[in-house]
Amino acid sequence: MARKLMKGNEAIAAAAINAGCRHFFGYPITPQNEIPEYMSRELPKVGGAYVQAESEVAAINMIYGAAGAGARVLTSSSSPGISLMQEGISYIAGAELPCVLVNIMRGGPGLGGVQPSQADYFQATRGGGHGDYRVLVLAPANLQEAVDLTQLAFDLADRYRNPVMVLADGMIGQLMEPVEITPYRPAPDLPPKDWATSGTARSGGRQRVINSLYLDPNDLERHVRAIHAKYAEAERRETRFELIRCEDADVVLVAYGTTSRIARSALEKCRRLGLRVGLLRPITLYPFPAAAFEQVMARAKSFLVVEMSMGQMLDDVKIAVAGRRPVGFYGRTGGVVPTPDEVVRQVQTLPGGTAT
Amino acid sequence: MKVVYEKSRGLTDTPMHYCPGCTHGIIHKLVAETLVELDVLGRAVLVCPVGCAVFAYEYFNCDAQEAAHGRAPAVATGIKRVLPDNVVFTYQGDGDLASIGTAEIVHAAMRGENITVVFVNNAIYGMTGGQMAPTTLLGQPTTTSPAGRARVGQGAPLRVCEMLATIDATAYIARTSVHTIPRLNGAKRAIKKAFQMQLDRKGFSLVEVLSTCPTNWGLSPVDALRWVEQNMIPVYPLGVFKDVDGGS
Repeated sequence: MARKLMKGNEAIAAAAINAGCRHFFGYPITPQNEIPEYMSRELPKVGGAYVQAESEVAAINMIYGAAGAGARVLTSSSSPGISLMQEGISYIAGAELPCVLVNIMRGGPGLGGVQPSQADYFQATRGGGHGDYRVLVLAPANLQEAVDLTQLAFDLADRYRNPVMVLADGMIGQLMEPVEITPYRPAPDLPPKDWATSGTARSGGRQRVINSLYLDPNDLERHVRAIHAKYAEAERRETRFELIRCEDADVVLVAYGTTSRIARSALEKCRRLGLRVGLLRPITLYPFPAAAFEQVMARAKSFLVVEMSMGQMLDDVKIAVAGRRPVGFYGRTGGVVPTPDEVVRQVQTLPGGTAT
Repeated sequence: MKVVYEKSRGLTDTPMHYCPGCTHGIIHKLVAETLVELDVLGRAVLVCPVGCAVFAYEYFNCDAQEAAHGRAPAVATGIKRVLPDNVVFTYQGDGDLASIGTAEIVHAAMRGENITVVFVNNAIYGMTGGQMAPTTLLGQPTTTSPAGRARVGQGAPLRVCEMLATIDATAYIARTSVHTIPRLNGAKRAIKKAFQMQLDRKGFSLVEVLSTCPTNWGLSPVDALRWVEQNMIPVYPLGVFKDVDGGS
C-alpha cells in the first residue's frame, strides 16, 4: 500500500486490523473516539465484531473473555477510562491473557481536560491496578511508529501472554501524517494458544480454565514469580530506544512520544547555538531502557527530562543515572504543550549547557 | 444390576465445598444435566462469579473462565462474540449479579447478548459471611443489617427478573426454586429452555433460582427450605416473566 495521510487514531485502528485484530470492545471518550468509530465501520467488513460496552469496566472484561477465547483483541480509551479499566487489566495480567490497550492520554487528575498529556506514565509503567504485575508499554513518537508499534504490540501480547499498552497522547491521536501500512505477518515463533477456552470438544476432552485465583500463598507466589520471569525475558529481548546525536552530547535530553519531537526541535536549536545536545528517546517505557544510559554516560555532563507531566519518567531516569550526573526536569502539565524554546532555556541552566 | 441413577458426566468428581443444606449443588446438577441432554457439554464455556460459586470450574466438566466480581456477563459477551457457535453461560449469585454487576447484567440483556445466565438468589452474601445483599428481605437480619433490613436507609429487595423482563431485547426470563421436588423439576425445565433459546439464537436468557443459605440464615437445612417457601416466594414470585416463544 502506498503512503496515505491518516489521523493518528485511525492509523492505530487500521494497524490493529492489519495485525489480525477482529474484535474491539470500547466506550467513547475524547480524544480517542476515532478508534472505536473506525472499528465500528471497518471490523464488520472483515468478519469481525465491534461491541460498544456500557462502560470501560465492562469493555475491559469483554476483552478478558475474548482474549481467553483465543482472539487478538483491542480496546482503546483515554486517561479516566483507563483508570476504570485497571481492575480488568490486573485480572488479565493475572490470568496471563494477551491483549492490546491503547491509551490516548489527556490531562488529569479527575475529569481533567481533553488536551494532550503524559501524566499516566506511572499508571502505565507500574502495573496500574492491584497486585504484582506490569504491562508492557510502547510509546510512539510519530504515526508510522504508532502503526508499527501497534502491530508489534499484538505479537508481544501473544508471546508474553500479557497486556501490552500503546501509550500515546492527544497530539499523536489527533494529528495527521503520512503512514504506510504493509501486509503484516505475525512473528512465526509465537506460542500456540492451547490454553484458550473454546470447548473441550476441541481439546480432546481436556478442560481449560482461565483464572487468576490461587488461595494457597505458595501457589500464588510461584505464579507471580513465573509472571515476573516473563518480564525479565521481556527486559532482555524487547527494550527499545533511539539515540539522536548523543555521541558528542554534553547534555542529553530524555523524552518520549510527543515531547521527544519537541525535544528534537530544541536539540536542533541548541546545536545552532553551539551547544552539544543529544536526545535519548525511550520507545519501550516498560521495560525501561536503563541500559541505554550507559552508552551516553561517559560523555554526558547532565540530563534533562522533558515530559507533559510534573515528572514521572523522571523517576526511571534517576534510577538509571543513579546519582552519577545531575538530572534536570522540565514539565508542562494539564494539557499545556512545552515549546522548544522553553526546553532550550532549561538546557542553558544545566552543566554542559553553555557554549564553550 | 441396573443403573437407575448416576452422576451427570457434566460434573467432575471433585467434592463440592458447599455448606450442608445449601442448594448450589442441586442447581449445578440441573445445569450439568441440561448441558449433557442438549449435547453441548463439549462446546460449553462457563463464566464463574465471585462468591460461593467461585470454584464452579472445579465442578463443571467444561471449559471455564473466572470473572471479576459482577463482570461475568461482560466476560461472557467477549467469549460469545469470538465463539458464536459455542454455548456460553454465566453462573452468578445475587451479590455478584444484583449488586456489583448490575450494569453488566442490564446491558448484556439490553444488547440481547446470546448467552444464558443462571442467577442464584439466596438473599445474602454467602462467601463473605452473611452480609446484606440488594436481595435481602425487609426485616431479615444479616451481619451488616443486624436489626433487620429497613426500607428507610437500606431500601427494598431488588427483583431482577421483573426488571430485566422490561428490556425489549431479552428472550427468556424466569424465576424458579429448588426447595421441593416439583419446583426442582420446574427449575430444570426452565434452565433447559433458557439454553435452548441460546441454541436457537434468540438472544439473552436468564433463569433465577431461589436458593438456601442455612449457614448465614442461621437455620437448619430443612428450616431453610421452609424459609424459601414462606418468606422468599412472597417477595420473589415464581414464574416466566418473558418468553419470546409465547407463554408465561
